[in-house]
Amino acid sequence: MPTPIPWLLALPALAGLSFLVLPLLGLLIRAPWSNAWQVITDDEALLALRLSLITATVAMVLAVLLGVPLAWLLARSDLPAMGWLRAVITVPLVLPPVVGGVALFTVLGRSGLLGWPLYQLTGFAFPFTPYAVVLAQTFVALPFLILSVEGALRAADRRYEDAAATLGARPLTIFSRVTLPLIGPGVAAGAVLAWARALGEFGATITFAGNFPGTTRTMPLQVYLALETDPSAALMLSVLLLAVSVLVLVLLRDRWVNRW
Amino acid sequence: MIGTNPRRAAASVAAALLLAGCGNTASPAQTSPSDAVTGGITVLAAASLTDAFQAIATDFERAHPGTEVTFSFGSSATLATQINQGAPADVFAAANEPTMRTVTDAGAAQHPQIFVTNTLEIAVPRSNPGNITGLADFADPAKKIAVCAPQVPCGAAAQRVFAHAGVTARPDTLESDVKALLQKVQLDEVDAALVYHTDVVAAGDAVEGITFAAARTAVNRYPIATLTGAPNPGGAAAFVDHVLSPLGQARLDKAGFARP
Repeated sequence: MPTPIPWLLALPALAGLSFLVLPLLGLLIRAPWSNAWQVITDDEALLALRLSLITATVAMVLAVLLGVPLAWLLARSDLPAMGWLRAVITVPLVLPPVVGGVALFTVLGRSGLLGWPLYQLTGFAFPFTPYAVVLAQTFVALPFLILSVEGALRAADRRYEDAAATLGARPLTIFSRVTLPLIGPGVAAGAVLAWARALGEFGATITFAGNFPGTTRTMPLQVYLALETDPSAALMLSVLLLAVSVLVLVLLRDRWVNRW
Repeated sequence: MIGTNPRRAAASVAAALLLAGCGNTASPAQTSPSDAVTGGITVLAAASLTDAFQAIATDFERAHPGTEVTFSFGSSATLATQINQGAPADVFAAANEPTMRTVTDAGAAQHPQIFVTNTLEIAVPRSNPGNITGLADFADPAKKIAVCAPQVPCGAAAQRVFAHAGVTARPDTLESDVKALLQKVQLDEVDAALVYHTDVVAAGDAVEGITFAAARTAVNRYPIATLTGAPNPGGAAAFVDHVLSPLGQARLDKAGFARP
């Protein structure tokens, strides 16, 4: 039997939905559909889209590899400074991304704390390379994954882990065989959030990675540049980015829902 | 070259202040119309005008008690878009003529006047790590080079000087505004960038400027105009007059701008 929806919930829910959907609708209405094909088959736009999809996916994988263990630490260990650690981890969420980009320079730039010795030894510097795009995206996307996975870990029933431990399983086995399958949907949701955030990343990327077609100009940077000269093309490019991301998310969601 | 001698600029500020002071005491009749100037004045101005216009506003508010100048500094193209979308503002000062033309063509401003000019200059980090000597170094792929994207005014100007000097630039990043270029020079992440003379002056000790002959081929002329929809037309006209006055021009000299 369907749950009846109380109007006290329905009204704000509807308002919230309109608030999110109407601007997107406005974008769709204003977009110049007559030259849509020309805008979205433009070489530079496709180059930017390809770079965005690759870098955002690599950033998501990095975020999962680094973020899941960190989330486990936050949720399962009882070290005294955990409150502080959690606050530090959420900093990239409140930091204006442009400032995040400058912060990345101070560590990984060619005169940064770690970047300088690297540059002196190898002649390689991160800024103005696709690696810098991935780093910038991972920096801003990681907190989303950590918070999402930590929530899943806290909500998971710990008795399964306890049972595995009493049966003699080692901690790493418990983590990979019991905990990880339990929090699968949480990891998936976090990964999707991280991917989406990486795909839309602008400020840290344009600061730390620069802006060059094919190497560092992702779709949001392409849209920003188009706004300077051809605002209607910028709208069309935004629609393209939205369409591709929604398509990917819907396809992935179906997979994950079937699996878990 | 538009070298600004700081001492000469300071002297002209002093002279202008003296003149303004004399004017006020010698002919009170002349100040009575300006006494009618009051209230808030909103000025949208190109980002490169930030320092000079803030000094001008301080002078202006002192000369016209009861006025309060509020600025919005940004990319000229963004500001023009805001004006054409109906942003409530009184004065617009753009970094080039085509941008002002989009506003006058839309009927949002009339009779713009050129009040300063600005020329390109090479900016290098203080220690000049790339041993940059001139525009020819911009063709060296081994050096980290930043210029503006061709879609924005500073990039269009850069293309003109490269073409005139016969240099095939090999930039590592195409930024969307001069401030982003300058930031990367200040952080020592690029060997050279092509910015405006005023940016080198504003950056102070962190950045060194190198002038070059071809800069003459791409001089930016800055127009200023009152807006037709100005909420405070009297204040708008008085502010434009003040910018064009010797005192206003002296402040602009000091920031590195040249007279038209």
